[in-house]
Amino acid sequence: MAAATSAPSGRRSLTRSSISPGRRARNTLATVLIYLALTFALLPLGFVLYHVVSKGLGVIDGAFLTEELPAQVRGASGGIGPAIAGTLVITGFASLLAVPLGILAAIYLNEYGGKKPVAAVVRFLSNVMAGVPSIVMGLFIFTIYVLHSKDGFSGRAGGLALACLMLPIVIRTTEAMLQLVPDELRHAAYALGTSKSRTIVTVVLPAALPGITSGALLAVARAAGETAPLLFTIGASRQYNWSLSDPNTALSAQIFSNAQTGFPNAIDRAWGAALTLIVLVLLLSTIARVAAARFTVR
Amino acid sequence: MAASTAPAPAAGESRLVRRGPRRADDGFRYLTLAAGLLVLAILALIAWSTTKEALPAFRDEGLGFLTSSRWAPNEGAFGTLAFIYGTFFVSLIALVFAVPASIGIALFITQLAPARVRTVTTFVMDLLAAVPSVVFGLWGVSVLAVAAPGFYESIGSPLAAIPGLGRAFGDPYNGKSFLSAGFIVALMITPIITSITRDVFDTTPGSQKEAALALGATRWEMIRGAVLPHSRAGMIGAVLLGLGRAMGETIAVALVIGSGSQISAELFSSGDALASRIANEFGEATGTWRSGLIGLGVVLFAMTILVNLAANSVVARATKKAG
Repeated sequence: MAAATSAPSGRRSLTRSSISPGRRARNTLATVLIYLALTFALLPLGFVLYHVVSKGLGVIDGAFLTEELPAQVRGASGGIGPAIAGTLVITGFASLLAVPLGILAAIYLNEYGGKKPVAAVVRFLSNVMAGVPSIVMGLFIFTIYVLHSKDGFSGRAGGLALACLMLPIVIRTTEAMLQLVPDELRHAAYALGTSKSRTIVTVVLPAALPGITSGALLAVARAAGETAPLLFTIGASRQYNWSLSDPNTALSAQIFSNAQTGFPNAIDRAWGAALTLIVLVLLLSTIARVAAARFTVR
Repeated sequence: MAASTAPAPAAGESRLVRRGPRRADDGFRYLTLAAGLLVLAILALIAWSTTKEALPAFRDEGLGFLTSSRWAPNEGAFGTLAFIYGTFFVSLIALVFAVPASIGIALFITQLAPARVRTVTTFVMDLLAAVPSVVFGLWGVSVLAVAAPGFYESIGSPLAAIPGLGRAFGDPYNGKSFLSAGFIVALMITPIITSITRDVFDTTPGSQKEAALALGATRWEMIRGAVLPHSRAGMIGAVLLGLGRAMGETIAVALVIGSGSQISAELFSSGDALASRIANEFGEATGTWRSGLIGLGVVLFAMTILVNLAANSVVARATKKAG
């Protein structure tokens, strides 16, 4: 780069021309390969988004978004209203569980645990838990909750499974945000005689709040798109159901079951539901990223 | 940091602070500790609860649960080998596609792209990571699998003419195959592997890169001499995390793998992975059949835990060295 400036002298030097053809060819080849990788990865991903938007837009209208599910999957009528309601109820319940618990656990890790062995173990296990497949979370809640509680298949069971999925994500992002809060803030609070718990609640958490919110929203977005944990936990419902105790349905579950049937009308409904779900998820994660970018703790 | 500063105020606190708040202080501390230990409790409960429900099938089959490939629920045969194989085969195909692409994108973002393009690319990759897997599955089953047989035919038949390669492809029956599933999974794990390798590449000390360039290295020589050696451990960790994710991927695979029960190395033939078999059969299963499916979950849980343990320790070691 800088070598180019010495080109005018013309002597054997560090200019580009002094690089042997073989080396230059290898450099060009590598650059081309990198661009190829970029194209080959983004092309199919672009196709996916294109198909979802183009096929989804043709299906979505006011009736589609609000009507109850059709009695016959084959039929052309019916909408996905109950599935939208179900996704909101189930994901909302999961967030109410996982976000506060995750923040508390992260506070322990960063403010109390530090490098103690217990904290190291919890941190390690929460990374491991983040890698547990979502379908296993569904089986777990099926075996421990659906089989033994009087709710059985219910929105609550689905929410529990999603909460298990969200917990490690919330812990990880919150801990990262707490680490960014400068120690001076804590010291200043201690110097004023504030107790440790009070310092955390009134000084540390507010300072990290934007970052924590963004992490929590990312976890919510991830949970809202999940299907596998819901398969064995929420059961099925055709009607609107705002209660946690009864069987419910969700957007992701509707996409899956409609796609499985293969009927053209069902596939259409699946595309419509997919676009609705993507808009919901991208909205959440865009808000999260904008929040994180704008209010990053310095 | 926080740990080292904590004891100092606590020591002086006893004289200055009244008894009440002190107790509240301890209470809060134990509350957060309990939340942390919840992770441990949940992991232990997952292992215990799923294993307990899977016991009937384990007891019926014994070691055959892992070593037999005959899965016939109505005859009481629960051999999972074909699905374990399918899980690894699909993950392997996914990694073959995703790893080079991810490394390429990460190199583009960290070494080639101007700041503006870098931000945009990062943003796009992050958004793609947020696309739900069921959406990829829908695309796979109603776009990819429809177009696939013709495409497979056109690449398969010339290549199959080469002696020895014919066995690697097989018949493109309906587009639902190991290859389709692997390709879809590759799309899903690419953003994950990219974001980790990107972070790892970013930890390469600027001085090493500058030094390589100052010695007259081309950009590629700089990457090969400074960036890649520095990032090797982190890249292995990223691939392992991607593998863990690929093995657990359920919904998309369930839609495009075609639910076969045979062990086959043919890319175009249908098969099944652990997770996809659970998803496809659970609705109709009862009794020992259901506990067999939960048993598949236990096997999958154990496999992903092992892969993730390896990945986390590799990544932890890599970042410790970098920090």
